[in-house]
Amino acid sequence: MNQALLVAKNLGRRKLRTSLMLVAIFIAFFLYGFLECFNRAFHAGDNASAAERLITVNRINFTMPLPVNYAERIRQVQGVKAVTYQSWFGGYFQDTREPLFMMAVQPDTYLDVYPNLQMPPEQRRAWLATRTGLAIGRTVADKYHWKVGDHLPIASNIYSRKDGAKAWEFEVSAVFAAPDDPQRDSLVLMHHDYFDEGVTFGRDQINMAIMTTASPTLNDQIEKAIDSLFANSEAETTTDTAAAFNRAFAAQFGNIALIITLVVATAFAAILMIVGNTMVMAVRERTREIGVLKTLGFSGSTILAQILSESLLLALLGALLGLGAAAGAVSVASRFLSGFGSNLHVSTAVFLGGIGWAVLLGLVTGAIPAWTGMRLRIAAALGRH
Amino acid sequence: MSDAFSFQLRKVSKRFVKGKETITIFEGLDLDIPAGDFVAIMGPSGSGKTTLLNLLGGIDHVTSGEIVFDGQRVDSLSEGQLSAWRAANVGFIFQFYNLMPVLTAAQNVELPLLLTTLGRKERRRNVATALELVGLADRAGHYPREMSGGQQQRVAIARAIVSDPQVLLCDEPTGDLDRATADEVLALLQLLNREHGKTVVVVTHDPEVTRYTKRTLHLNKGVFVERTALA
Repeated sequence: MNQALLVAKNLGRRKLRTSLMLVAIFIAFFLYGFLECFNRAFHAGDNASAAERLITVNRINFTMPLPVNYAERIRQVQGVKAVTYQSWFGGYFQDTREPLFMMAVQPDTYLDVYPNLQMPPEQRRAWLATRTGLAIGRTVADKYHWKVGDHLPIASNIYSRKDGAKAWEFEVSAVFAAPDDPQRDSLVLMHHDYFDEGVTFGRDQINMAIMTTASPTLNDQIEKAIDSLFANSEAETTTDTAAAFNRAFAAQFGNIALIITLVVATAFAAILMIVGNTMVMAVRERTREIGVLKTLGFSGSTILAQILSESLLLALLGALLGLGAAAGAVSVASRFLSGFGSNLHVSTAVFLGGIGWAVLLGLVTGAIPAWTGMRLRIAAALGRH
Repeated sequence: MSDAFSFQLRKVSKRFVKGKETITIFEGLDLDIPAGDFVAIMGPSGSGKTTLLNLLGGIDHVTSGEIVFDGQRVDSLSEGQLSAWRAANVGFIFQFYNLMPVLTAAQNVELPLLLTTLGRKERRRNVATALELVGLADRAGHYPREMSGGQQQRVAIARAIVSDPQVLLCDEPTGDLDRATADEVLALLQLLNREHGKTVVVVTHDPEVTRYTKRTLHLNKGVFVERTALA
């Protein structure tokens, strides 16, 4: 036997009570793990966006189009290094319920603006040269088991073809990875020229222009210059950093971070009271036993460590079960939410965050009973006056 | 009986403050307990027997006076030092056994050894020896709820002696046992005193205990009223 076994035995003495506390902690950490994954997935683009990358969209909102020639005019603004553009295609493969995160882009300039997309040189050349070519992110390739050379019929829930065909024919030219920008891993990129020639409406229009600047210090100045350029035109613009755009995009779903924080905080507050109160009762029931242990020579600090170990073990066990279940649930959810790409998973940061909260929970819920146990006078504990 | 003393109490006073009232248990109490003694302390309820045992075991503090154990002042030790002193020198036996219900007999006996530097094998050997000595080698894996009162008390005795302390302090060790079982327990304490040289102090109401002890002290209102030295 050792002290660890003693801790485990004490936890196991009231199995129903311990199980109920575990369930309560499990629920709190399941909520934390599950919701925090979504929170991080929503904001994954924030940090991945290079500081010198700007986005120009229609001032009304980003779903309204801009003329494609805006890209060329933006290129002339002083301080702009490279410009590309993209349009939302609204594609899906076979099942409308599983939409693809698919964009029509100008391939060569897109790769100038997003140099972090990694693909083999021969695939890069093939994609640039193939009008019907697709560059697909690693997450999409893995999900659909697509590989270079595959011919795919992909339909759009927005655009039908001029020739009346429902599906657009594509060939997978390249598979790319973006290790520092996992959200991009879930993209499917087609040629904007192919898009333009096939659509029945929206020709020569784009959703947004994306550009890099010579230096982030020029961003403010360039943003103002671009928006001034198109002031009082048929489509006025608003230009912002990519990071700010991503935050604004996420904000249209509400303040996800605040909602998640409130839900998780409420769950934790409830758990704190339930587990804390139960731990106090559990230790109070053992007053006499603690007195006996002290009589045998166990010091106050040893008793303190034992009780804290119990509450920590309980919290960590519940947290691990909760985070494990959250990982499973998130994995299932990610199959239906491919737009989040590889961002939707229990990351190391979420896991370590959970463990940190568990340690805090264990320490806080164990603090009062552990302190009481440490200070307990033997004669009083044994009722010996 | 050797000339060395296990305990020497000099001018020991103990008072409790209860609200506005101060209750005096002892006032200037002197007592010598030689090493190897087997002494019964008897007296009516409220006479101070248990308080005296608490003071001897370092689980309560004197108001004034000195308690010397084996030449060392123990009344001035800190809580942490007292814990270490108890673990090394004193074994306790209670009326209601006070075993941990979630631990087996062997695990209960092993508890004091967790505070030592002994390795697992050595701890197991000592536990087996202690259980053998109290005649419960075959009940090592049993939980307290699976044993009779007498057996539980013998496990408690094994727990008290497993770390080989010099002194055993027993608080009504037969108070919850029938006569036959009580005699078995007292015979075991006598064996530990005679064969293993333990100093045994028993606080009791049971006059039969005096048949086993070397001497009996009678305590009344915090004063020894009669001291009988037995053979």
